[in-house]
Amino acid sequence: MNSDIIDFASLAPAYPEMLLALGAGVLLVVGAVINKERSLFVSYGAVLLLLVVGALVLFAPAEGILFNGVFIADSFARYMKVLVLGGSVFSLLLALPRTKENGTHKFEYSILVLLATLGMMIMVSANDLMSLYVGLELQSLSLYVLAAIKRDDSKATEAGLKYFVLGALSSGMLLYGASLIYGFTGHTNLQEIVLAIATEGRSIGLIFGVVFLLASIAFKISAVPFHMWTPDVYEGAPTPVTAFFATASKVAAMTLMVRLVMDTFQGITHDWQQIVIFLSIASMVLAAFAAIGQKSLKRLIAYSSIGHVGFALVGLSSGTQVGVEGVAIYMAVYVIMTIGLFACVLSLRTNGDYVENIADLAGVAQKRPFVAAIMAITMFSLIGMPPLAGFFAKWHAFLAAIDAQLYVPAAIGVLASAVSAFYYLRIIKVMYFDEPAGEFEAVPPGLSVIMGLSGFLMVTYYFTVGAPLANFAHIAAGSLF
Amino acid sequence: MTLPLFFFYLFAIIAVGSAFMVISAKNPVHAVLFLILTFFNASGLFMLAGAEFLALILIVVYVGAVAVLFLFVVMMLDVDFASLRQGFLQHAPIGVVVGIIFLLELLMVAGSFVVSPEVTSAAVLPMDGVDNIRAIGQVLYTRYVFLFQSAAAVLLVAMIGAIVLTLRHKSNVKRQDPIKQVGRRPSETLEVVKVKSGQGL
Repeated sequence: MNSDIIDFASLAPAYPEMLLALGAGVLLVVGAVINKERSLFVSYGAVLLLLVVGALVLFAPAEGILFNGVFIADSFARYMKVLVLGGSVFSLLLALPRTKENGTHKFEYSILVLLATLGMMIMVSANDLMSLYVGLELQSLSLYVLAAIKRDDSKATEAGLKYFVLGALSSGMLLYGASLIYGFTGHTNLQEIVLAIATEGRSIGLIFGVVFLLASIAFKISAVPFHMWTPDVYEGAPTPVTAFFATASKVAAMTLMVRLVMDTFQGITHDWQQIVIFLSIASMVLAAFAAIGQKSLKRLIAYSSIGHVGFALVGLSSGTQVGVEGVAIYMAVYVIMTIGLFACVLSLRTNGDYVENIADLAGVAQKRPFVAAIMAITMFSLIGMPPLAGFFAKWHAFLAAIDAQLYVPAAIGVLASAVSAFYYLRIIKVMYFDEPAGEFEAVPPGLSVIMGLSGFLMVTYYFTVGAPLANFAHIAAGSLF
Repeated sequence: MTLPLFFFYLFAIIAVGSAFMVISAKNPVHAVLFLILTFFNASGLFMLAGAEFLALILIVVYVGAVAVLFLFVVMMLDVDFASLRQGFLQHAPIGVVVGIIFLLELLMVAGSFVVSPEVTSAAVLPMDGVDNIRAIGQVLYTRYVFLFQSAAAVLLVAMIGAIVLTLRHKSNVKRQDPIKQVGRRPSETLEVVKVKSGQGL
């Protein structure tokens, strides 16, 4: 009664989520039963599970709206789910070498990553304010714990607590916004809200709700002015967890942002456009200038990620299909670059500890030329140098804004890129031209493979993944219009 | 006065009175106990309104779990409430001003509030002969199954998180090993000794 599930086959669009939830449960039991010394078994199981789920999303496409309209599986959701799963798989793989030093040796690390990924997939597929909230909360709660999983480390605990308190605040804002939207449109289903806005027009209460909702999601993607937690949490959390925050979690929240503004609130484009343009300009400018003074490598990465969210939002602010394509491509390239960057950071250890400060990078080029080369490629790509992947990502995003005659955000974006080039180039300068300070430990082969893969994709982007990615992004963006 | 009306006023007066005692009681343990009394009376009000499921959930969740948790916190943390109250008189005027502003705003909102005529006629319970629990059961695993299961995953994360962040296995603590206990044999532990009378061992 009251359900649109007739038989098991009608659940097909939700198979990936169901498999992931089931697999996480099984691995949890396995991890609790087997010997503690063999928690790697659970990690490998989790990687395998994510790969199977990813294959299911990619190769067994089943689209549709399920569970009385709270769940949607369309091309856009599939594209973003592939990115989320990619980010999760690589966060698990990055944690595999030296699990003890990372603080990720507990089997619960893999389980929490799996459950966070489940939450992100629910967010990506959310078609109702209720499922949106439940998915967001599932991923956030897992992320709070992951940030503090190195529980004897005071910085990690501080990061977890800070993230938790501010995250709870943003969840509160989200719920308040959702309640206003429900109150003024009478619906929680996103499609019904579209219809309600189309028939009843905009009202002050609805705009208030939209502002709160977007503010809360801006917190999750760490766009200025809701970015304050990012440097502290990125610095304090174990590095593989930071990689997870910077990739999968951002992609999922960005998906929500895109789906809400492009689909649900398309009737009030003029209103949300102002918010998105502000978020984008503020993020680009603040990140470009605030990162210059940073000494810690991970804080610098945090500011860089804030800036990149701003660049992606430039594409979104256009409010067009090309803009959504730009965001989709940007997020994919951003995930590739970030994974490579974190693999480099994790492979550099000196005096029994990870490299924390930028000054400690001195002499990497002589001692570990491969790592230095990949790091340099990543930096150039993050700046947006022409033959590298980062250039094409920015090109798509800015092109969409120029098409929509938003010259100001695009121009500020280009200028901010130029400013940010300073601190990216400074890292290259320290690596290549400063006197070597200490010895670096041997690089685990697994990390070399990840670095090589990421570097290869960045360099050959135009000839290899560029065209299929643009094609996939085109189909994905098309499903929102 | 009809019987339900009598009980309504009974529950309502005790609820308001004990709610006042929650904030005015000197002893924090008493405050929590008054909070429990408030919950009980609120649940009685739910019962009168025909929401028996909510009434019982309120007792099970709020009294059974939340209030007991409060009690634990109050007893274990040993917060010095007397020092927290210091400066109360200093800040009282600001509090009164804020309170009056709030009251005025509430009055303005309530004054312009008009109850639409359709609402009063629709105030009848829309379920025809279906009781609360049955009504919830009919939609929980059908219409809302996805949200229900996702919420279950959230609770699972909360549980894993609490364990992974706080549980510490101490090495010098003796633990029960049921398999070892069940597998014990008399021949391994018991020894029958013949003792002659008048002689010690």
